[in-house]
Amino acid sequence: MSDTPNLVTGDLETPSIEPPAEVADVDAAAGRRRRALDLWMSGTEESAWLQGATAEGAQELLPAAEDPALAVQRGTVVTDDFVVEDTTDEDQRQIMNMGPQHPSTHGVLRLQLEVEGETIRRVKPIIGYLHTGMEKTGETLTWLQGPTNVTRMDYLSPLHNELAFSLAVEQLLDVAIPPRADAIRVLMTELNRVASHLLFLATFGLDIGALSMMIYGWRDREAVLGFFEKVTGLRMNHNYIRPGGVAADLPDGWEDDVEEILTIVPQGLAEYEELLNDNPIFIDRTQGVGVITPAECQAYGVTGPNARASGIDWDLRKVFPYSGVERYRFSVPLGRHGDTYDRYLVRVGEVKESLGIVRQVMETMPAGDYRSEDRKVTPPPRKRIDESMEALIHHFKIFTEGFKVPAGEVYQAVESARGELGVYIVSNGGAKPWRLHVRGPSFAHVQALPAMMTDSLVADVVATLASSDPVLGDVDR
Amino acid sequence: MAGPAEAPGFLLSTVQKGVNWARTRSMFPASFGLACCAIEMMGTGAAHNDLARFGMEVFRASPRQADLMVVSGRVSQKMAPVLRQVYDQMPDPKWVISMGACASTGGMFNNYAIVQGVDQIVPVDIYVPGCPPGPQSLMHGILTLHDKIMKGEIASPIGHGTSR
Repeated sequence: MSDTPNLVTGDLETPSIEPPAEVADVDAAAGRRRRALDLWMSGTEESAWLQGATAEGAQELLPAAEDPALAVQRGTVVTDDFVVEDTTDEDQRQIMNMGPQHPSTHGVLRLQLEVEGETIRRVKPIIGYLHTGMEKTGETLTWLQGPTNVTRMDYLSPLHNELAFSLAVEQLLDVAIPPRADAIRVLMTELNRVASHLLFLATFGLDIGALSMMIYGWRDREAVLGFFEKVTGLRMNHNYIRPGGVAADLPDGWEDDVEEILTIVPQGLAEYEELLNDNPIFIDRTQGVGVITPAECQAYGVTGPNARASGIDWDLRKVFPYSGVERYRFSVPLGRHGDTYDRYLVRVGEVKESLGIVRQVMETMPAGDYRSEDRKVTPPPRKRIDESMEALIHHFKIFTEGFKVPAGEVYQAVESARGELGVYIVSNGGAKPWRLHVRGPSFAHVQALPAMMTDSLVADVVATLASSDPVLGDVDR
Repeated sequence: MAGPAEAPGFLLSTVQKGVNWARTRSMFPASFGLACCAIEMMGTGAAHNDLARFGMEVFRASPRQADLMVVSGRVSQKMAPVLRQVYDQMPDPKWVISMGACASTGGMFNNYAIVQGVDQIVPVDIYVPGCPPGPQSLMHGILTLHDKIMKGEIASPIGHGTSR
């Protein structure tokens, strides 16, 4: 071992690397090993034991036989996948970096791939390139400002973020939501699911080389975004669903716009299915690629369309219904193989089911208020403010200090376009959350990527990644 | 006779105009998406808004083939060195559009994780407001950049990238 501490070598008994005192007693050898080799933290002000790492951690994977627990965690122990005959030996493996700037990583995901010829032997996803500190920022915003923050987390299904947050706050507040607000919420979130899955089709097509699919997906998504802009004022990051209801009623003539969406999108879907479903190139690139078994899904916490493509019949809209979504008839499309092709099929099926829900909501839209009339959370009507000093003060207080939420903790999950999106809130009785934590589905999907990719081919990495549809805003927050 | 560098003669100034025109008509953006704004950036390039009208539909996967970097989204402290490296890899002349509130100022995320304005890392030519800016806003920003290049306001001579 040389005496230059700036080099990371495979020598595990490096005497110059000293662990900090507080963790030295746990499992000194293993701790030192991991610290020397694993990605721990960035920053140059750290003590000498971290100098072996670069600003982004050691630029290598752990030695393969190093730690069985970490091997399981990283998905290198898999049973089902496509295995290439092991003909080359260990020293012909090399490390490849993919990302964070890569056209098909769906944002700023970085993958370290250990390849052996054309075969992926190990994968290590590295996240944090989009870490925004939103959970911390959420503690500085009032309950009413909260949706502004959470809507920017999973930026492809912003309305689901807002819905999960609002439902959680409403549970703590114990306010009743009028039926029209519930129906509007279901309408908007299902349309959001349609928009998100259309964008999935677009980026999936783009990544596996069906470039026209990208143009088509974006074209149809614009129809939904146009409606969103009309209703909420913005194409993305709406801040529309708020604790107590929704920000504004649907505009006049909204039925015509929804009717148009219900005409355009199914037409487009029929075209796409004709284009892709029996396309031999598409089938070759997707079937049997990136398989994940139901057991692995449960082990990694994979939810949503990815889990349903493996045959797990689990949809939060069915098992833990929210916002009255149980009133509408819909079925849950399931796959059988858990491969990339099934993940595509399940999403196409979900778009159709969501459009069915949207039609039912449109036909049964109840009249009434679009937000709760509980004066604790809803400001007085505009007309009252002109007449009454107290109403003016009331309005002012709600929008400056904010309303207080009883102390307690709550976890509320909704089925977002990607899976179980959960919001965990702790309130200490104040006007702001004491702690806000979000359980993002994409986080679990990224951690399951090694299980899907190990022992497959380099060319399949992009198809697998695209089909699991991670949004890095949802991973890092 | 042609004067010193600040007053080029008839011939050189005409050539410069031609060069500027050529630069604006084949400006290739680097495909460098960060967050929400990246979705709108890709939407700008897709069918409905069609950035191809301005000769810009080719989002280059490699920064070495790109002239324009659209910083589309929030830049975290961890991403900042990567972003600078991508910028350094782009050949001169190169331009930067800061898209959206987060890239321009940090936006609503005034916290430990986000770089408070990408102009702390790379020189920015155009700031596009919005959260996220719609495709029309981005196109307005791009056309403004084209205008400025055509007028020679940001001539971007070779080697300016690190010293401006």
